Amino acid sequence: MNLAHLVQTGFGGFYDGLAHWALSPRDLLVTVGIALLGGAGGVAAARTATLTLPLAWAVGGAIGWYATGIGEMTWATTVSVGVVGLLVAVLRRTPPVVVLVLAGVIGLIHGLANGSVMVSEEREPLTLVGTVAAVAVVTLLGSAALTKVENHAGRIAIRVGGSWLAAIGLLWCAWLLRLAT
Amino acid sequence: MILPFLASLFESGLVVAHAAHGSASGFVSGLTHPIGGLDHVLAMIAVGLWGAQLGRPAIWVLPVAFPIAMAFGGALGLIGLPLPGVEIGIALSALVLGLMVLLEAKPPLWLAGIVVAAFAIFHGHAHGTELPAGADGTLYSVGFVISTGLLHGAGIAIGLLHKFDWGRSVVRAGGLVVLLGGAWFLYSSIAA
Repeated sequence: MNLAHLVQTGFGGFYDGLAHWALSPRDLLVTVGIALLGGAGGVAAARTATLTLPLAWAVGGAIGWYATGIGEMTWATTVSVGVVGLLVAVLRRTPPVVVLVLAGVIGLIHGLANGSVMVSEEREPLTLVGTVAAVAVVTLLGSAALTKVENHAGRIAIRVGGSWLAAIGLLWCAWLLRLAT
Repeated sequence: MILPFLASLFESGLVVAHAAHGSASGFVSGLTHPIGGLDHVLAMIAVGLWGAQLGRPAIWVLPVAFPIAMAFGGALGLIGLPLPGVEIGIALSALVLGLMVLLEAKPPLWLAGIVVAAFAIFHGHAHGTELPAGADGTLYSVGFVISTGLLHGAGIAIGLLHKFDWGRSVVRAGGLVVLLGGAWFLYSSIAA
């Protein structure tokens, strides 16, 4: 589902941004994926994810807001979901440096996509702030909670969650391919 | 109660100025597709049962490998690439996995993984090709991945009875039920 047109909650730009994130499966799932990756990697990786993803998202959003000529980014945002999911599924403990690079690149990509759409619909900057706030809160709470998961069943659940994200990312790529042809 | 609520989030015209048509039907269709066919249900539960019987690390390797292999099959189905003998493959999956559970077979992990992943491709292809007309493929995919995973979870939960003496018989009886179901579906698909 591509929300080409942003959500109108009637509560103002901030809440429109929150709702846009919550109703955009790619944005929502990639945030959950980074939270899983950070939380499964331990405290240092969780802190890295919590700081990097929202910051990169905000920077990407600002670039998207002011830059012109940013093309369609659906493929990039779709692939990112699969890549994050795959890493959660296969990595036992993600090193913080991997989380840093991944959260940075993914935050920039999704932020760019968000920013360019928001500016094209003449939204107020608070819309982007709302989206970044949603990303920050979910990454913080998700990764912090997951650092406490040390039992075997919990670790399995995290990796299974990653495999679901990887599967969804792959299927979305196929769906895009089908739409393109 | 939760699912209709989630579905309403995706379809509500009040909050989404321009509703993405077919989204709710896509998600719900995906969610119900794996549980709408008994052949899918039996095979998914058998994956969980077998994983629980095999213990670590298979208990997590199988449910992690299955969705990814299934997605590969689903992707083939979504883009329209044919896969011969899908119904037979699905029926065979229930039959073989049921047999594994019944016999408490403990092959090497790589072999168990290949068996499960190969069958997963057939299940995924069926889900991918049976996307309802007009439904949104994005949320349909989310729905059937979640639904399949929850069926694995149900299988694992039942399979955990394996650690009790009486539970081993219950799990093996579950394998027998899956085996018989698979044999019936195989007969039906060949006879059709």
